[in-house]
Amino acid sequence: MAVEVHLWSGLRRLTDGAEVVSVEAATVGEMLDALAIAHPGLKPIIDGGVSVAIDGELLTGGRHRAIAPGAEIYLMQRLKGG
Amino acid sequence: MPKDEFQKYRLVGTRPNRPDGLDKVTGRARYGADISAPGMLWGAVVRSPHAHAKIVKIDASKALALAGVKAVITRADFPDGLTGEPWNLQENTIAGERALYDGHAVAAVAATSRLLAEEAARLVEVTYEVLPHVTEVDEAIKPDAPVIRAGAADASVPEGMPPNVVRYMEFGHGDVEAGFAEADIVREGHYLTEATHQGYIEPHACLGQMGEDGKGEMWVTTQGQWYIRKMCADVLGMEVSQLRVTPSEIGGGFGGKTTIFMEPLSLALSKKAGGKPVKIVMSRSEVLRATGPTASASMDVKIGMKKDGTITAATANFRMQGGAFPGAPVDMALYCAFAAYKLPAVHHVGYDVLANRPRAAAYRAPGSPNGAFAVESLVDQMCLELGLDPIEVRLKNAVREGDKSSYGPKFGSIGLIETLEATKDHPNLQAPLGPNQGRGVAAGYWFNHGGETSVSMAISEDGTAQVSVGTPDVGGGRASIALMVAETLGIRYEDVRVNVVETGALGVNEPTHGSRATFASGKAAVEATRQAIGELCKRAAADWGIDPEAVEWVDGAAQPAGPNAGKFPPMSLAEIAGKMGSTGGPISGHHESVPEGVGASFGVHVVDVEVDPETGRTTILRYLVVQDAGTAIHPAYVEGQYQGGAVQGIGWALNEEYVYGKDGRLQNPIFLDYRVPVASDLPMIDTVIVEVPNPGHPYGVRGVGETGITPPLPAIANAIHRATGQRLRHLPMTPAKVLAAIKANGG
Repeated sequence: MAVEVHLWSGLRRLTDGAEVVSVEAATVGEMLDALAIAHPGLKPIIDGGVSVAIDGELLTGGRHRAIAPGAEIYLMQRLKGG
Repeated sequence: MPKDEFQKYRLVGTRPNRPDGLDKVTGRARYGADISAPGMLWGAVVRSPHAHAKIVKIDASKALALAGVKAVITRADFPDGLTGEPWNLQENTIAGERALYDGHAVAAVAATSRLLAEEAARLVEVTYEVLPHVTEVDEAIKPDAPVIRAGAADASVPEGMPPNVVRYMEFGHGDVEAGFAEADIVREGHYLTEATHQGYIEPHACLGQMGEDGKGEMWVTTQGQWYIRKMCADVLGMEVSQLRVTPSEIGGGFGGKTTIFMEPLSLALSKKAGGKPVKIVMSRSEVLRATGPTASASMDVKIGMKKDGTITAATANFRMQGGAFPGAPVDMALYCAFAAYKLPAVHHVGYDVLANRPRAAAYRAPGSPNGAFAVESLVDQMCLELGLDPIEVRLKNAVREGDKSSYGPKFGSIGLIETLEATKDHPNLQAPLGPNQGRGVAAGYWFNHGGETSVSMAISEDGTAQVSVGTPDVGGGRASIALMVAETLGIRYEDVRVNVVETGALGVNEPTHGSRATFASGKAAVEATRQAIGELCKRAAADWGIDPEAVEWVDGAAQPAGPNAGKFPPMSLAEIAGKMGSTGGPISGHHESVPEGVGASFGVHVVDVEVDPETGRTTILRYLVVQDAGTAIHPAYVEGQYQGGAVQGIGWALNEEYVYGKDGRLQNPIFLDYRVPVASDLPMIDTVIVEVPNPGHPYGVRGVGETGITPPLPAIANAIHRATGQRLRHLPMTPAKVLAAIKANGG
């Protein structure tokens, strides 16, 4: 299943200028792995820790979380807190 | 307090006594410095007096010649070859080739008494070659600034950026130029916030012991014992499971106790001293010089607004320094800055910049107060210019469930509208204001974090319950979790004891951070309790000779689920528990997950101030916090979180700042000169708990701990503006700054 991932625009230079990229994935983990393969420049960013928002819900774990068709996906800086 | 008759739950939402109350008021609670062990040594740390210096030589011979000195360690006693975050942690624990800030540890000693250890630390001779330094973010970002560390930038930083920029981010949506063209007024502002410290009452303290066999123990004040374990293991090259970490009672953390500082030093000293336990207790001066303050920020914001208050576009450009290591929370500052507003067009740019200051640690909603100060100040200024009510303008632009957030994703369930409406209705807004008085309004936002969570609960022989959680109790976690477990199990609050346990007792838990403990440990505790209830029903079913599926749990007892299940009187928890040893053994529940369904929280603050035109001193007359808690499990603790956040924000707004001299040294490393608000500075902080339940939690909990520190900075600036006619854009708004602003404008 092709999913569209919204990146933060500072990453455009690592994705040939694209702010929204499409990869084949059924889960969050597959999506992150596919991003790193399709755009190797993203790998250190992803390895450094990111959060993923699926349909508005912020996830910091859950690589096995299934992605529903048409889900809104955002890659975000890893959320921290005090 | 008796429960409200209209209340949805039996216990959730009531205000029973605090489980730690008696220990704390009688002095029985054991904090980090209260732990001692037989044969214990004391540790003391040698710290750099320079902001930036090459360490040429360390001569410990005089210290070692003192009778009673058992060990001296330097970086040479730590493993080589670390990279990434473990290297950052090690380098901050004890300097390698260079001291990177005033107060950076360069060596440590262990001796038979605290006085002797401190004397020995003074006798360690360190030869430095002083290097150029930079402490201010707008200086540190210049291309020709002294370089803190070449090659520290991560992959987000494009080539050609100044050398101290280590992270760069840019995001947004819509056409901001078209948005500005559509606006009736477009205004810009430049805002500065200074670094502040979390200011917890209890200084860092630990007791570490490590033998030649590679096994270690630590007792420590911390928000996260598993983080301490992993970080110490990384820094010392240990196997993680060989270190057992027990958290003490904690006297405040606010994010500052989610990482390590001197903890690995105590373990390394212990190992070098033949395995004797080594205790280190920081002085207040050490806490301020060498543990995590928050970042300082330099921020530019631009907003377009129509005459009716509709915001058409906005931009933010933030630069933050978080000390000599990456990690200034510029990302979170940007995510939260415009979060309260539904914006057709917005653009954010952020820079994480190194400087010769201590490494920033998380501080309550890291970054969000900085961003709110800039954005909410400018929004208020524009409301004044257009003659608009600040609450109505926020309502007009407020985000609702399903709206696209300023940081990208759409919002789930949120309660900003309800919070603004509740603010409008509060009597504080009708209180008359006198001369030199002003009323300020601001909104704030913080996320909620799930995080790795593991919880166990067990039924005792008498039908009471004990719960083991891994999140230290910084603001009512034990009481709230006990209420949820008792509610689920159908027993009394007093019959549940919640224990914060050591690392050997559970799987990995993230710290109490990200406003997560009541949400995540609470959710896991409810799941663990449901598991135990399943077993309780099974035991009753076996006694009755019916299917477990035919048994339900009602009001603390098993009962047949319907007339077809059979006629048996309810079997109470105490009855099942009393014979569990002969019906299959212990009954317990366990749950581990990274809980999903987090619930973010918006808050709105209204403050009335009076400014003395002769001295510039600002007095807080009234202060109101209105915030969405989802469901307030123990409302008194929720109110405490609201009040505590507001008070820390008041300190940040009016008094607190790290003051560095031209020599790069911290000028105010004691509470006499770094002034936090005390009770006599403040009125009672009024609170209103708004409850828009979070659908992702069994009892509707949102994270509430952090949002409260976000609105005070701009709310007070807005109140001062309305009291004096002067807009202050540089925190803290000390009497001297306020007076200078009044005088500069002919006041």
